[in-house]
Amino acid sequence: MSAVTDTARASSGGRRPLADRTSATPDQLGHWLRQMLLIREFEVRTMQAYQDKKIGGFCHIYIGQEAVAVGCTAAVRPEDPIVTAYRDHGHALARGMAPKYCMAEMFGRIGGCAKGKGGSMHMFDKPNNLFGGHGIVGAQTPLGTGLGFATKYIDEVIEGGSNRHVTLCFLGDGALNQGAFYEAMNLAGLFDIPVIFVVENNGYSMGTSIDRGTTMANRIIAKGEGCGIAGHELEGMDVIDVYEGMKAIADGCRAESRPAMVDIRTYRFKGHSMSDPRKYRTREEEEHWETDDPITRLRDAMIEGGMIDEDGFKALNREIKGEVRESIKWAEASPEPDLSELYTDVYVERFGPYLGTSMPQIVTDAEENR
Amino acid sequence: MSDRVIEFREALREAMSQEMRRDEKVFLLGEEVAQYDGAYKVSRGMLEEFGPRRIIDTPISESGFAGMAIGAAMMGLRPIVEFMSWSFSLVAADPILNNAPKMLYMSGGQFGCPIVFRGNDGAGGQLGSTHSWCVEGMFSNVPGLKMAIPAFPDDAKGLLASAIRDDDPVFFLESERLLAMKGHVPEGDHYVPFGKALVRKPGTDVTIISFGRPVHFCLEAAEELEKEGISCEVIDGRTIRPLDLDTIVASVKKTNSCVVVDQSWSFGSPGSEVAAQVHAACFDDLDNHVMRVHSADVPTPYASNLEQEYLPNARRIAEAVRSALYVA
Repeated sequence: MSAVTDTARASSGGRRPLADRTSATPDQLGHWLRQMLLIREFEVRTMQAYQDKKIGGFCHIYIGQEAVAVGCTAAVRPEDPIVTAYRDHGHALARGMAPKYCMAEMFGRIGGCAKGKGGSMHMFDKPNNLFGGHGIVGAQTPLGTGLGFATKYIDEVIEGGSNRHVTLCFLGDGALNQGAFYEAMNLAGLFDIPVIFVVENNGYSMGTSIDRGTTMANRIIAKGEGCGIAGHELEGMDVIDVYEGMKAIADGCRAESRPAMVDIRTYRFKGHSMSDPRKYRTREEEEHWETDDPITRLRDAMIEGGMIDEDGFKALNREIKGEVRESIKWAEASPEPDLSELYTDVYVERFGPYLGTSMPQIVTDAEENR
Repeated sequence: MSDRVIEFREALREAMSQEMRRDEKVFLLGEEVAQYDGAYKVSRGMLEEFGPRRIIDTPISESGFAGMAIGAAMMGLRPIVEFMSWSFSLVAADPILNNAPKMLYMSGGQFGCPIVFRGNDGAGGQLGSTHSWCVEGMFSNVPGLKMAIPAFPDDAKGLLASAIRDDDPVFFLESERLLAMKGHVPEGDHYVPFGKALVRKPGTDVTIISFGRPVHFCLEAAEELEKEGISCEVIDGRTIRPLDLDTIVASVKKTNSCVVVDQSWSFGSPGSEVAAQVHAACFDDLDNHVMRVHSADVPTPYASNLEQEYLPNARRIAEAVRSALYVA
């Protein structure tokens, strides 16, 4: 077990004063609180929109895991690639995607980040270096190795310098049992690829608890060690713990051009997807975790540290509710894709019935704002 | 035509080497491509020229290294992935079918996938059923990928060079049975565009269309049929996606008869697709329905005589032509 883990364990619960726990500035802490509240509110409204049948298909809610996406994203640089699985709204928002593009994508509208062609499970944001949103369990893990391979190749082979990047590859504990994940880790270990496999270990792959599907369930970093990859364990319900732990790991991977595997213990407060009655776990277990809410934790610590008061928190909450409301209005006002969009983006060049490509608004807006 | 004669495998190597000299984003990875000089010696000498950072030996881990290369392509690199055999690509089905050809669409145009997957495809070496896949039958079904299948050394170079420069994922199907074949191949830059079929032998009585190695079976059959007074026009499709229907239709409108020869199985295949499209485009021009010659609809056998009978060989092609022309 690493030093990082020991620090995280000791500090978990946030009982020590903030200044002792983190070098983060009050502005950074305030930003993380804002991001977690944004993800929470966004997901609440996503569930409503799903129930109103404004969102179709499969839809996986991130509530409960906010500290993971926010803390991990804060620990790397904007130019570092991120790739994740299908429970991806939180990562998109934490990476900086405006909620309107994310909501419009789920509404199947042209204003969506992928012009309504990807849906809830496939959020892509090129301006913010988010490489998806991938729907097949574990499929993103070789891609994550490849993103890390590419930044290393560009830094070292093309530019002739040393490695400057690190890739975050998120996966759920369910993906631990996919063969692709082992191949991705073996290659990362073999080729010294700067990629961090961040396991968002919420204890369940759909309805199967981790001990029913995974060997070494109490110490999953053993799987990375088998590939020569350093393992770390972090508590995932406190964004400061996640940030501090991940910052040290990411800095190390970047400097040494090596992979890492991180087991972050978290919990999804909602079901696997919108259609999950959650019969496989007890109400008591859910309540136990709900008392450990990552937003409450940071809010209380910031109040204790005099960085925000109750009124300030309420005002922030109101502001975010307004922002998410606006994103829904924007998504609803965005037209459905023109039927010609059926035949764009299949191939880069135009031929036969295929119309070439056209960029979504998320890209053209970013270029205008540059 | 160039005076220089080289092997098919050398033509492939020349395309890769020339593109790697031109563009540092291009690199080659796969099993035994570097120190071993390639399982089939296609990449012989490339490690010495380009070094281990660009000619990369991978473990036997197709799902992993195919997916890794796709991730690298999303970042803008241009990987060439060698599958020792396309038969081994089946364990990488998710990355090569679910990621590479769909990434551009699912990301709404944001992330393309400029990648080449290449390797040996097809039966004929008595390798038994697991190692004899003709993946064009299954994989050509998927939109978003391109598929090239050269039958001659000059096309091997020209099509592969075009594939490496292509911004979309290209499935490049080689035949181990053709790697030692020699032919005239231009030195220097040589690009064969996708979607342009070639009339390999002009004729007047029947149009025979094929892809890859069976083009040679067609030419062999045409020679035999010539002795019987039947003039065959043999078209080498060269790419399956895009498919050059114009060249095929122009020929069928001239000959009024059509035989499609495809080494994959008949059910849902390039052969059935070409037949359907020719029927739609040439309905009033055809004197008979389009005849199809495929590999037999059975797992690939080992025994030499069974395997030869299994393939869409010259005898079976000639029989189909006679049948199409109502020659008893």
